[in-house]
Amino acid sequence: MWRRILALITKELLASVRDRQTRWVVLFSPPFLLLIYAFAITQEVTNVSMAVLNQDLGREARELVSRFEGAETFERIHYLTGVAEIAPAIESQDVIMVLHLGPDFSRRIAAGERAEVQLLLDGRRTNAAQILLGYATRIVARFNETLSKGGARPPTRVITRAWFNPNAEPLWSAVPALFAVLTAMVGFMVSALAVARERELGTFEQLLVSPLQPVEILVGKTVPALLIALTSASAMLALGWVVLDVPLRGSLIGLFAGMTVYLAAIIGIGLFISSLASTQQQAVIGLLLYLVPAVLLSGYATPVENMPDWLQWLSTINPITHFIAICKGVFLRAVPAEVILRHIWPMALIATTTLSAGTWLFRRRTT
Amino acid sequence: MTETLVRIDGVTKRFLENGTPAVEALTAQIKSGQVTGLVGPDGAGKTTLLRLIAGLLLIDDGTLRVCGFDPKTHAAPLHRVVAYMPQRFGLYEDMSVIENLELYADLRSVIGTERDEAFARLLSFTGLESFTGRLAGALSGGMKQKLGLACALIKRPRLLLLDEPSVGVDPLSRRELWRLVYELVDQDIGVVWSTAYLDEAERCASVLLLSEGKALYQGPPQALTRSLEGRTFQVRNISGERRAVLARALERPAVIDGVIQGRSVRLVVGKGGVAPAPGDIGAGPEAVIAAVPPRFEDAFMDLLGGGPRGRSPFADAYASREHPIDSVVEAQDLTRRFGTFTAADGIHFRVKRGEIFGLIGPNGAGKSTIFKMLCGLLRPTSGTARVVGLDLAKAPSEARARLGYMAQKFSLYGDLSVRQNLEFFAGVYGLGGRRRRDALKRMVETFALGPHLDVDASTLPLGFKQRLALACAVMHDPDVLFLDEPTSGVDPRTRREFWSHINAMVANGVTVMVTTHFLDEAEYCDRTALVYRGRIIATGAPDDLKERARGAGRSDPTLEDAFIALVEADDRESLA
Repeated sequence: MWRRILALITKELLASVRDRQTRWVVLFSPPFLLLIYAFAITQEVTNVSMAVLNQDLGREARELVSRFEGAETFERIHYLTGVAEIAPAIESQDVIMVLHLGPDFSRRIAAGERAEVQLLLDGRRTNAAQILLGYATRIVARFNETLSKGGARPPTRVITRAWFNPNAEPLWSAVPALFAVLTAMVGFMVSALAVARERELGTFEQLLVSPLQPVEILVGKTVPALLIALTSASAMLALGWVVLDVPLRGSLIGLFAGMTVYLAAIIGIGLFISSLASTQQQAVIGLLLYLVPAVLLSGYATPVENMPDWLQWLSTINPITHFIAICKGVFLRAVPAEVILRHIWPMALIATTTLSAGTWLFRRRTT
Repeated sequence: MTETLVRIDGVTKRFLENGTPAVEALTAQIKSGQVTGLVGPDGAGKTTLLRLIAGLLLIDDGTLRVCGFDPKTHAAPLHRVVAYMPQRFGLYEDMSVIENLELYADLRSVIGTERDEAFARLLSFTGLESFTGRLAGALSGGMKQKLGLACALIKRPRLLLLDEPSVGVDPLSRRELWRLVYELVDQDIGVVWSTAYLDEAERCASVLLLSEGKALYQGPPQALTRSLEGRTFQVRNISGERRAVLARALERPAVIDGVIQGRSVRLVVGKGGVAPAPGDIGAGPEAVIAAVPPRFEDAFMDLLGGGPRGRSPFADAYASREHPIDSVVEAQDLTRRFGTFTAADGIHFRVKRGEIFGLIGPNGAGKSTIFKMLCGLLRPTSGTARVVGLDLAKAPSEARARLGYMAQKFSLYGDLSVRQNLEFFAGVYGLGGRRRRDALKRMVETFALGPHLDVDASTLPLGFKQRLALACAVMHDPDVLFLDEPTSGVDPRTRREFWSHINAMVANGVTVMVTTHFLDEAEYCDRTALVYRGRIIATGAPDDLKERARGAGRSDPTLEDAFIALVEADDRESLA
């Protein structure tokens, strides 16, 4: 039995390496995509303008405004003279953010009271606005710090946004999630096309009339897919490290352990789709039907916490969610082992389910 | 009156620069008012030539004129007078018959009364009137071809190009198609009918015989066939093994070609050669040798310089086997339903050791369903399938280890080298260590694969692909070999080589199951079962089936005649 499986594994690996198309799609294109996406989805915001409406003539107010003036992020700063000018400034998209200091700002600080700063952001440019909000809150926080040195109790505010990305180095913040999604893509590609391609070529029947049993074929398809996807992921990892300077603070062993379980879950889904499809085209369409919502629900683009409850529940049975969490943990901070484990066991459960479902469907579809 | 519609003059077309040309320095003419057969095996250049004429491909060299137009400069007027029916119908399977017709009418700007007339004419011409609402995808192979033909004929063309219209069409519908085409020819349309079936050449007024992109012959088929008169014989009343008789006959220098025909052996001798005496080839005391009229295929083989000669290396390489169980393949009341449709209904037969058993029948009749149940690709709804006494449902892996399988489209891994393919199948069948080395060595020697070991399987020439596929299927010494349309579309030379290997294996006790709609292949069988509408309507040796069709105005019926007669008789019975 092992000899038969070994023959199948050798064949799969040889076929993937010898076929130029597969070689490209699976081994070279993901690292390449990682580079492109990492640069494209850079979250840096530059060349934007903001406006200031300062109704206070006090020293503290001038101090805070000058800090905004000193930030490199803002190309130009407009000065408004009244509340009525705020709306037109944002509406015309001249500025993306307005800083509004009320007339009693300096007086309240001097009195040791809680002073308020109003930030108005252009909600149409969600992404940029959120990033600017991060910058702005940080400037305010620094301002708070200087004030508190003077003895006064600061109006505190916790800033978490760029905490684990202290230099606000935007290139990497996207990499962990991207890495997780691209790894999934490779796993899917190898496994979903594995059965469908043979079915299309007619070689699948040849396998089915051999003494190979359905489970053996499935193992023979899973192992090479796993090996290929791990290789491709390692290449991406190395690239992220060397070219993009992603820090990788946590344990590599933890990352690879998570990745293996993750890929097993992904490949199970891939084989399930592959067993359903009778052509490679159908397999690819099936893949997209799964992949697009799975990526959207994974916290890749929008935080899971912002989703409605039932979607949050759905995202816990999505392997991509868990692996993104592991990646973020390992790449950007040295997350402890039990946190990784907390994400590994649900993935292991998912893997068991998808692989058994794959086997079941495979059996049904083949006889 | 006939005019020359197509003038081909020194035309060459290659797909890869410096590659082998698909069509090479070809000179030929196609006339109106007759059927020109474009005959040759797969890969001979038939489709390429048709597409050049249709203006879908452009020539590299030479001159080509179609109805007076140069396809390079006058594509639009050319498309108005030439109709082309591609191999895969060109139908929209999710649309109904009438919607397909409407679409093609729109594309050809056939409107108003002209359109109504065309539809009425074509629907009655093809007999599709009562099927206008049916989806094209739900039509049978024959009806699809007729609809394809109707779509191509929406605007009366001067030249009609048909690319392998008879593939996937049962003999009954094939005759129907030919009848339709003859009617068109009477209206002075020029028809080009491309085919890999050499027997169809005899129905054409003129033949262009292609092999590897070059014309081997051009002219009336009878003129070519006549050149072999007096050189074709049939050895009849053979006692003993007719396959051995064929093998011995092929060892004689005078014999250039030979095939099995039911219980007889057909031989072609070289120019000035003399037929061997029945005694010399061990045909037994009652055997007689009779002169028979030559066929187009005999002439083709003569042009190619004869078939493969001598003994198959298999005769020596394959150990002869003894086995206690005599019924090697057994179908017991096999039934398979797909929903409410019964694809196979109570199938019952036994195949003895060393027998070649063929399942024949029209497409969709259920022969591949039965075939698949017997090799474990499909689970029967009820009944049992046994291979060497092992129940495929209870011991599938053990049973499958005893059978070899070769599919129509040689299922090889094209990206792997010849050696890697062999090693893979050795591994899948659990061969290891010494057995594996021996098996590999034996296959490489038997099939002369040595020089090709490191070549990708996809780049092998067709003949070698077939050898490799067979090698992969028999490496583990199977007791039964399952062949799914093993040589359809293959040139006759490669087909003969293939059957010489099979015959040698059978002589050593291997059992062979074949499914085919290609009746020449059925002639090699010891027994055949004719499958129609999910049931076996007749079983027997090919000669016995032919015998049943005798009378009714046919003195020497072919297997195709027998096939049609039996199917028609069954239709009458089910109506009554």
